Amino acid sequence: MSQNLLLRHREIADLHKLEVYRQHEGFQAFFKAVTNMQPDEVIEVVKASGLRGRGGAGFPTGMKWAFVDKKIWPHYVVANADESEPGTFKDREIMENNPFQFIEGVAIASYAVTANAAYIYLRGEFWQLAHQLDQCISELYSAGLLGDNLFGTDYSLRIYTHLGAGAYICGEETAMLESIEGKLGQPRLRPPFPPSFGLFGKPTVVNNVETLSNVPLIVARGAEWYRTFGTEKSPGTKVFCLSGRVNRPGNYELPLGTTFRELIYEHGGGIPDNRQIKAIMAAGASSALIVANEEALDTPMDYESVPKLGAALGSASVIVIDETVSIPWLINKTVHFFKHESCGKCTPCREGTFWMMHLTDRIAGGAASWEDVELLRDVAGQIKGKCLCALGEFSIEAVLSGIERFQGDFKSKVGAEETTDETLPAAVS
Amino acid sequence: MNHLADKYADEIAAILAKYPPDQKRAAVMPLLYLAQRENGYITRQSMDDIAAILDITPTEVASIVGFYSLYYDRPAGKYRIQVCTDLPCALRGAEEFLEKLCANLGIRVGETTPDGLVTIERVMCLAACDKAPMFQVQGGDGLEYHENQTVDSAVDVVRALRRKAWAE
Repeated sequence: MSQNLLLRHREIADLHKLEVYRQHEGFQAFFKAVTNMQPDEVIEVVKASGLRGRGGAGFPTGMKWAFVDKKIWPHYVVANADESEPGTFKDREIMENNPFQFIEGVAIASYAVTANAAYIYLRGEFWQLAHQLDQCISELYSAGLLGDNLFGTDYSLRIYTHLGAGAYICGEETAMLESIEGKLGQPRLRPPFPPSFGLFGKPTVVNNVETLSNVPLIVARGAEWYRTFGTEKSPGTKVFCLSGRVNRPGNYELPLGTTFRELIYEHGGGIPDNRQIKAIMAAGASSALIVANEEALDTPMDYESVPKLGAALGSASVIVIDETVSIPWLINKTVHFFKHESCGKCTPCREGTFWMMHLTDRIAGGAASWEDVELLRDVAGQIKGKCLCALGEFSIEAVLSGIERFQGDFKSKVGAEETTDETLPAAVS
Repeated sequence: MNHLADKYADEIAAILAKYPPDQKRAAVMPLLYLAQRENGYITRQSMDDIAAILDITPTEVASIVGFYSLYYDRPAGKYRIQVCTDLPCALRGAEEFLEKLCANLGIRVGETTPDGLVTIERVMCLAACDKAPMFQVQGGDGLEYHENQTVDSAVDVVRALRRKAWAE
């Protein structure tokens, strides 16, 4: 069953208008927090709700907020609206249609970590959306819901948008902070982590749009209510982005723990022309390839269950691959993406994605030998665990899982059907 | 003489106000967008102007232009049609779409139509995977998404751009 907590605009017309949003509990949670709760109490409610970061890592949100260093001032909140993972298009729908719930989430998070300024970092392509959000924010200043001495207290908050300019890496939180500071979007060495050394060197919380959009309802209705959705360890709903070879692609907000089968076949209407499903990428282009057998289809999509399939839920960007898709072609696509988006800071990622691109060009083009496949696996193995951020790791997920789990596709591509498994080097995983 | 600072004094002041006074450099990205609006790309002079406004070197400004793919340091067509061909779009026919659109316009990827109106480019994921084939049009002072496209509908978009350019 569909549960719209975030995509409420699908049921409530004109929710993008402030007056309509206010008729539906809008800004009551922020008012309650600022006038009736201590910042730490807000953090406790979010901790109790079990909300986990929706950007991909699934880190407990309340815990992240509690890490903010109270000895150093000022504090900042940064909303990650960079949405650049191939297969992910949920934050855009939330911000376009339910912008005030998102902004209220930014506001409550800011109050909870005692920040007086917050930045919304949008990918450069969301240019129109940034203008819409600027408009929303200016309405909130006029309505006295943002600005100085809110609701007669001494709490003040300003929210600004900041546009990126076409760089996937800026979705990584420390690269994003560098980018706002006017530098190249390259990740920082951690520790220190942003809650102690973040934007402009000050304690900062970075949260995804979807994560923040959950917060107003949690504060308004309580942690217990929130926990009635989803599973014990992965509470709440999730906006699943369904794309690829499926009849009805789109965003589906469902409780965490919904199975792949329900998403793909009930909501997504199955595979075009009744073809067989072959593989699933659960976390966009960064995914390991899941072999779409019965067991996988019946696996609940939550942060604990998907790893049992040798993959991760990530941002829950489910790309469906049918039987007609060649896996060497697929990894050639994902590798081209990561090669283009590698920021160049860490040598294994910069050089490794370059060589993986050439190798997969050759393999997908049918001009390779089995040695090239082995070399590809070797290069991928040398990226693993050797970079500052996860981009390098993401670039090899589909490559290594593809070679391991869809060997036949590679063998037929290199004309090496006679190759036996014994000739393969040990899997790097 | 700082052309940008003179022409856009109010806009620049509003941009700088978004960041702490001792963190002026943070304004480099919005100022580059402002400069790009002027000529469709960022000129050497604009980089010098921005460097002077922010008290950083022109090299530092140029490094930002070079790093981020939405900033251009050379002219192209008045409009850039940027087609996403990443995995989810490719699974919905984006490659064939791009190929046919190019054939229809008589240019290859990366080239500009002879009238200087349209440059076709292949770009990375634009967060519209469920509505492929899709592209964005970048040019003038904005950026627009066109989703669920066919070659015919894309050719209509190009026609509309041509009419718009003539009307200006």
